[in-house]
Amino acid sequence: MSNPRVIILRTAGTNCDQETASAFREFGAEVDLVHMNLLFSKKASLEDYHILAIPGGFTYGDDIISGRILANELRLRLGQEIQKFIDDGKLIIGICNGFQVLVRAGILPGPFEAQQAQDLRQIQKVTLTYNDSGRFEDRWVHLHLDGKSAWTQDLGKITFLPVAHAEGKFVPADQGVLNKLNRQRQVVFRYCDVHGKPCTYPGDPNGSVERIAAISDPTGRILGMMPHPERHFWQTQHPFWTRLEKKEKYGEGARIFENGVRYVREKLLAGKEAVGVKN
Amino acid sequence: MLWRIEVKEKDGLLDPLGEGTQKDILDIGVKGISQVRVSQVYLIEGDIQDADVEKISRELLADPVTQDYQCSSNGFAKFIPSFKVVEIAYNPGVMDPVEESTLKGIRDLGIPTVTSVRTARKYYLYGKLSSRDLNLIVDKVLANKLIQHVVKEPHGKGQASLKPVAKPKDSPFHVVLVDLLKANPKELKQLSQKGQLFLNLDEMKAIQQHFRSLKRDPTDCELETIAQTWSEHCYHKTFRGNIEYTSQEKGHKKTRVIRNLLKSTIVKATYKLNKPWCVSVFHDNAGVIEFDEDFHVCFKVETHNHPSALEPFGGANTGVGGVIRDTLGTGLGAKPICNTDIFCFAPPDYSSSRLPPGTLHPKRVMKGVVSGVRDYGNKMGIPTVNGAILFDERFVGNPLVYCGNVGLLPKGAEKKAVHKNDKIVTVGGRTGRDGIHGATFSSGELTEESETISSGAVQIGHPIQEKKVLDALLKARDEGLYHAITDCGAGGFSSAVGEMANELGARVDLEKILLKYEGLTYTERWISESQERMVLAVAPEYVERLLAVFQEENVEATVIGEFTGSERLELFYHGCQVCDLDVKFLHDGPPRLHKKAIWKPTRLKEPKISSSESLNEFLFAVLSHNNVASKESVIRQYDHEVQGASVIKPLSGVNSDGPSDASVLAPRWNSQKGIAVANGINVRFGMIDPYWMAASCIDEAVRQIISVGGELDRIAILDNFCWGNPDKPDRLGGLVRCALGCHDAAIALGVPFISGKDSLYNEFAQGGKSIAIPGTILISSIGIVEDVTKTVTMDFKKGGNLIYVVGKTYPELGGSIYYDILGHLGSAVPTVRFKKAVKTFQAMNKVVQSGYARSIHDCSEGGVGVALAEMCFSGEKGATVHLKRIPYEGKNRRDDFVLFSESNSRFVVEVEPRHQKAFEATLKGVVHCCIGQVEETPEVVVYGLDDQICVNAYQQDLKDVWKSALKF
Repeated sequence: MSNPRVIILRTAGTNCDQETASAFREFGAEVDLVHMNLLFSKKASLEDYHILAIPGGFTYGDDIISGRILANELRLRLGQEIQKFIDDGKLIIGICNGFQVLVRAGILPGPFEAQQAQDLRQIQKVTLTYNDSGRFEDRWVHLHLDGKSAWTQDLGKITFLPVAHAEGKFVPADQGVLNKLNRQRQVVFRYCDVHGKPCTYPGDPNGSVERIAAISDPTGRILGMMPHPERHFWQTQHPFWTRLEKKEKYGEGARIFENGVRYVREKLLAGKEAVGVKN
Repeated sequence: MLWRIEVKEKDGLLDPLGEGTQKDILDIGVKGISQVRVSQVYLIEGDIQDADVEKISRELLADPVTQDYQCSSNGFAKFIPSFKVVEIAYNPGVMDPVEESTLKGIRDLGIPTVTSVRTARKYYLYGKLSSRDLNLIVDKVLANKLIQHVVKEPHGKGQASLKPVAKPKDSPFHVVLVDLLKANPKELKQLSQKGQLFLNLDEMKAIQQHFRSLKRDPTDCELETIAQTWSEHCYHKTFRGNIEYTSQEKGHKKTRVIRNLLKSTIVKATYKLNKPWCVSVFHDNAGVIEFDEDFHVCFKVETHNHPSALEPFGGANTGVGGVIRDTLGTGLGAKPICNTDIFCFAPPDYSSSRLPPGTLHPKRVMKGVVSGVRDYGNKMGIPTVNGAILFDERFVGNPLVYCGNVGLLPKGAEKKAVHKNDKIVTVGGRTGRDGIHGATFSSGELTEESETISSGAVQIGHPIQEKKVLDALLKARDEGLYHAITDCGAGGFSSAVGEMANELGARVDLEKILLKYEGLTYTERWISESQERMVLAVAPEYVERLLAVFQEENVEATVIGEFTGSERLELFYHGCQVCDLDVKFLHDGPPRLHKKAIWKPTRLKEPKISSSESLNEFLFAVLSHNNVASKESVIRQYDHEVQGASVIKPLSGVNSDGPSDASVLAPRWNSQKGIAVANGINVRFGMIDPYWMAASCIDEAVRQIISVGGELDRIAILDNFCWGNPDKPDRLGGLVRCALGCHDAAIALGVPFISGKDSLYNEFAQGGKSIAIPGTILISSIGIVEDVTKTVTMDFKKGGNLIYVVGKTYPELGGSIYYDILGHLGSAVPTVRFKKAVKTFQAMNKVVQSGYARSIHDCSEGGVGVALAEMCFSGEKGATVHLKRIPYEGKNRRDDFVLFSESNSRFVVEVEPRHQKAFEATLKGVVHCCIGQVEETPEVVVYGLDDQICVNAYQQDLKDVWKSALKF
């Protein structure tokens, strides 16, 4: 059986690509770091992969609005390919800047419709805007697991991960959008305190509506999250691992990558030829 | 046609930028502002229609959920009666990275006809405001006139062109010759002054003599090239010159001549130590040491003081960008893995009325510098893991900004050599008029002449440009596409190409250099200091592939010449030769400087301080001292975890808010080999004796690495001197004494210097007097950690564990924080007992290796008192300790001295009772004593020498005061 294949998008200002790639590789995935130029010139194709990952960073400097320019490239130039990728039942994850890109491209909360992708007002239903604190902050947060996603199987009720962003405040366009997200169980993580209870700043680092930290599409296969699971991949990345009684190899974010790879193995590769993937 | 689009947060939504601005305004004492809203303005020029403008606004510039936009010049708030509007724009020629991205974004929408974009910020100030207040706000909060201006009449639809107006090409090109041969000494001086060459008479004479032998006058370009190469900044004339050093100690006056201070102190120590793991010291852009079987690490720290004084954001921003390029230019290019940034400012509460004219308020400097570091480091994806911030009034005119970077270099890539016939390829940003000395830059008033001019002192960086260069460069390196590389820093191509050509010689065709805008002379092209550029030496057969690699990452790369083997530096402009210099003459350097230096011990005395029974209030005061207080609000603005390598972060403890000693990274995925990074800096010790300042800083930089578990015989250090005017013998005397301290301490502790830098002339005039900064040395340290899973943090872990003090305490409170809060400097500066220090450090290494320590914290500013308090509140534990058990030697054995002495080479260590015996056995021969234990209860209780309680405080209260003292 062939291995799950992951494409990690790169462009000017991408900067969490290598650790994200290493995280997928740890669980046996084959990972390519692919510059957007290669997709535009058709030297690379989404078709060849099972998982699309958009890593953290400051694509194009986050000039104008974070993630905006890369989001436009995706929806305006690669809309059809993305539509097909999603329709094939494959996985997408966007972390931090990647999450910002996914919402600004209308891929989250979804369902993404390539037909409408030329009109931003039609497709962008939520946003990630400036933190209430008005500044970039790197700090660790507790996340309460709410929704259902292929990426969060067997995750504990509370996950401890770092955030590092200036524009992470989740805001839906209106109450209807929010209700729908809740109804369809698309809210995957909410910021919480150490006991899983609702909290305010700094436990909620940015003032997100309903403390939303991560959402998925209705199928749960597309995940966007502000916190960085690749930065709690090893236990030694835990901010006070030297205090922990139980020594372990992996940190609390590793499972998310393992889930993605396992999902591909079980649902897309198991017992049949690779779905929609040319090898 | 020119269009104007304004984007703002929707009414009713929070505008954090506006709120922040409102706070800043309140901060400068202007009251009466009820609200500030900020909008972003885009001025767009090109052959486009209304529908295009609408599309650009809707699909690119505004967020559909939270923002509104408007394409008219009327603004949003016209119906609200009580507000003032101020629009701030960058001066023409100043880097605004948003312009480039916006142009790209517009093209992506299928609109190819937009030719230029400018951005501005518009502030709506609500409330009552006098015009005096408004001017104050603009001046102190909204704009720095060196780079920005108030838009008087907002550009509107249909207005004239936006493009920077190029200098009219009025006169045809001709080579400018400088009248040097016939010049008399007075005229030589004038030539140097007028051309802002900063060359002295001896140097001018040497140049004159050289050209007399050639029987011709130099071109302007030749003279500029020599001046750049021979500058203090590039050549370090003071450190390399001859110094007649007179020292007066205990009545004895001794005079000796030091030939080349650098070689006879710093470099000498390294060669004497001769560590086999030192790979490359002092000759490349950064020092290189071995890391593991596949990689070396390199480390460099630079200063960017003068630019940061003028434009704090831009100065610090380009400082970070510059030192990252040092890493990229080390060997064949290293991958940057972390930043370290250390600042010295005047106190944030410095009275505005005392502020010398022409200086920015320290709070503004601090905010700008922190933002500049945050912007560049975060956007480059390089974690900022270590730093320090110190305060002293004398930094008011000259803040110090140290930017450091560590890189990972594959083994074998430490060597580089330019080959004959290699092409000279420039990569990265384009060349503009940035950083050309003597350029008059526009300040407020905008004229067509000033359009494209800005000053090098006030550049703004473009981190994404540098990130692209980094990505492409490492790819090209791994494909083996070039022979040598260096960065374009001070001196631009003149320095970069000049350095690479110092043996073979080179030919450059200056018209091939890509420009930001037209109108640069041949000399300006050559000496411009535009950011984000690197120079490569590429074999002709690899040029095509190399250019393709850069193109794949959207980075411009251009062949501008070749390394010839002629041993001459030959520059051409459209085929006409404008420079022909013998590289040997150029790089043999200027005639040696002769300077005088005098060191006299300071006439300081120990103060008489009455002793108090309770030290509670003093402990609180020491914890809230600016130099001790938490820097968390700064640290959190830096991404300190990107690249996923952090093991010990700058903040430790239960709530991630305790001050770590050193940061530890495991830079290779799935490898437990790590590096530790720390620094030692103490300005107040230097006010007493620069020799012991140097030794103490080295001890501190080393013991912080020992604290976390780095091994003593794998630690390397860097020196960064920031000093006043070295032409004044007293300033230079202190500098020499500091360098001597560096030499002795490095040898004694066995830690080699691998790189360094100096920034001199940090003085400014006030009331007819020239005020120098306190001579400051920063020692940066890097250590190799064999197994990061054995490292130790500084937070107390568990009640019942034993607390030890390791190392002896002496009555050394000179320069201490305790004396400072009492208004004294004192004279008993901490010294270093080198042999004992080495023994202590070696024993502590064994303690960590054996796993006996649950926590370790070094004693530095605030002594045992601060170390203990920090360990308690970081672990949210209490403690009971007894001062009389702390090993102490000397007179004045009293509670406050024992608690707050800043003697070097000491640690506080937490040990589980089960390891007590083994721990003590490991420390055999090293002074240590168990002074008490960690408590699960929240009280921190210290028993004095008389067995009475002298400190009794809740750990949370100690933390609160420590955390709240310094707010940015």
